[in-house]
Amino acid sequence: MASTTPTHIEPAPPVSRSARSTGRAGDKIFAGLSKGSGVLLLVIMASIAVFLTYRASIALSKNEGNFLTTLDWNASANPPVFGIAVLLFGTVVSSVIAMAIAVPIAVGIALFISHYAPRKLAAPLAYVVDLLAAVPSIIYGIWGALFLVPQLNGLNLWLDEYLGWTYVFDKTQVGVARSLFTVGILLAIMILPIVTSVSREVFLQVPRMNEEAALALGATRWEVIRMSVLPFGRSGVISASMLGLGRALGETMAVATVLSPSFLISLHVLNPGGGTFAQNIAAKFDEANEFGRDALIASGLVLFLLTLLVNGAARLIIARRKDFSGANA
Amino acid sequence: MKLQRKNRLRASALGALVVSGALVLTACGSDDNTKTGADGTTKASAPAPGDIKCEGAKGKLLASGSSAQKNAVDLWVKNYMAACSGVEVNYKSSSSGEGIVAFNQGTVGFAGSDSALKPEQVEDSKKVCTGGQGINLPMVGGPIAIGFNVSGVDKLNLDAATLANIFNDKIKKWDDEAIKKLNPGVTLPSTAIQAFHRSEDSGTTENLGKYLKAAAPDAWTYDAAKKWPAPGGQAASGSAGVASQVKAVDGAIGYFELSYATSQSIKTVDVNTGAGAPVKATPENASKAIAAAKVAGTGSDLALKLDYTTKAEGAYPIVLVTYEVVCDKGNKAETLGTVKSFLEYTASDAGQKVLTENGYAPIPAEINTKVREAIKSLA
Repeated sequence: MASTTPTHIEPAPPVSRSARSTGRAGDKIFAGLSKGSGVLLLVIMASIAVFLTYRASIALSKNEGNFLTTLDWNASANPPVFGIAVLLFGTVVSSVIAMAIAVPIAVGIALFISHYAPRKLAAPLAYVVDLLAAVPSIIYGIWGALFLVPQLNGLNLWLDEYLGWTYVFDKTQVGVARSLFTVGILLAIMILPIVTSVSREVFLQVPRMNEEAALALGATRWEVIRMSVLPFGRSGVISASMLGLGRALGETMAVATVLSPSFLISLHVLNPGGGTFAQNIAAKFDEANEFGRDALIASGLVLFLLTLLVNGAARLIIARRKDFSGANA
Repeated sequence: MKLQRKNRLRASALGALVVSGALVLTACGSDDNTKTGADGTTKASAPAPGDIKCEGAKGKLLASGSSAQKNAVDLWVKNYMAACSGVEVNYKSSSSGEGIVAFNQGTVGFAGSDSALKPEQVEDSKKVCTGGQGINLPMVGGPIAIGFNVSGVDKLNLDAATLANIFNDKIKKWDDEAIKKLNPGVTLPSTAIQAFHRSEDSGTTENLGKYLKAAAPDAWTYDAAKKWPAPGGQAASGSAGVASQVKAVDGAIGYFELSYATSQSIKTVDVNTGAGAPVKATPENASKAIAAAKVAGTGSDLALKLDYTTKAEGAYPIVLVTYEVVCDKGNKAETLGTVKSFLEYTASDAGQKVLTENGYAPIPAEINTKVREAIKSLA
């Protein structure tokens, strides 16, 4: 970039002048329209925020339980008692499991497509991975409930028997695999395409010179990847993971279809039970009265803040690593 | 639009099915289907002219509520709209809660609900019903079946206390003493019991809870609520979800409307009520139990108090009654005529007969007479 900027200085003035306006009607209208679109976006965002906060505040003012610690969701009852502890826990745990599974696999696929696979194979493979993103989440849910859950029963028993001592994989309750662990696996599959395709793009942008320099020093292909591709792509992989995490946190129908929800916090991830924000909203909305809906909106606000926090953290990490990488230039 | 068309298509398919069923059933006896010719289905799907009175009905009537009565209402709407041209009835099958919210906001002509209006909901309804209030008209009855899937077991008898202990996680194996005692001569495996309940708030859960609380107060100490109250067990979404889990999992037990059990051929528990023999979950047996109900509402409100502890021979006690919720006075002028005319049909003999043919239980005659009077007095 730095080397190309001087050549762009000459044509720059006419571009910026025409961006302001030439005084022609078409320019004015277009400038007005694009300004209007920008303002409209801000207005929509602001009104969503105001709506969420207002409805949530109604719910919070009448909650008889503790919004942060109560292990129950009985918002339509009189008096209403509800808390987000279980939902926050379940959302975070299932997303963490999903990330732990999806990110290494996605980076592996991306590296294979960008650096190992012959071109004839790379293009169709990339296409197939992208195709995964086109499957509607309800289809993932049905597939998860009808195929994945019965198939995972064996894995669950195996994990329980050999890794039960880790506490996390200790299955203490009978039941099919409609657990946070299964949800994590399903979410991993769902976020795989987005993490893979963004990582792949980043890996393809690694300057040819860096790789050739490493090769010239006698590095093997794996050493090239370790020395030039991964450091260059790190911030890109992080932002790709955060995009995936965003989807995992907010996934609704697939989770609602697969999980057997309950209002218990348990680190035994193989036990059926738990819940996530989005799943709980989908499950409770139908039968909720007006106040119950306000309570669900309050939980939605927390999810909103959580996503905001995750995105903010991702931006921070990327900003700090900017110097090492050209991926965000 | 697309959805509506699909529903209409499905309703008409069902309608054709029911009418052909009705033709078979009514071949010997009943004579009110004089107009239904034996030749074409188009002619057959038009109900006898005497059943539906279209006077006063006009325009479009919106309604919303319980999905438990969806199949019945779909058929009623189909028959009704075929008889009264120019009138449109649109029942959105969502949930009791949503129906009542919509009713109290004044956006629907009537709502369907698995439970009678609660006092605070009646209070709210006074804002919509000028000079009146919301009332409950029992219209559709039905058994809640307890479905089970235990390999090698075809027939299972349970009583209220054992059911309660299974659903609150106290009885954990199928060869538990309590179950053995109720099923002499049946070889029960030592499979773990996997009890399934509804994950979302549901009128079916509330009605099962009412039964367990009334019939086994020592074992079931929870207040009946739409939300599942007991510990343990697993949850699934909707009656269809619970039924498919029970169908798929060995050692499973769950509850749902009878139609889900028949359509997926899931075996159902016979309930030991203390009567001479354990009672099967059938529409007729449910009707017998509903007949033992008392009217708890006052005036034209016909909310029922069901007798869950009935020991009457052949009365299946785990039942659900769906009410149509309307204003006794102060119904909107533009929908009043249609509401009256439509509900008159659903409460009529022909309307109630649609129920038996579809796994529902009709409302017993004594209560039904009061329902018809209440509908006549709507204003």
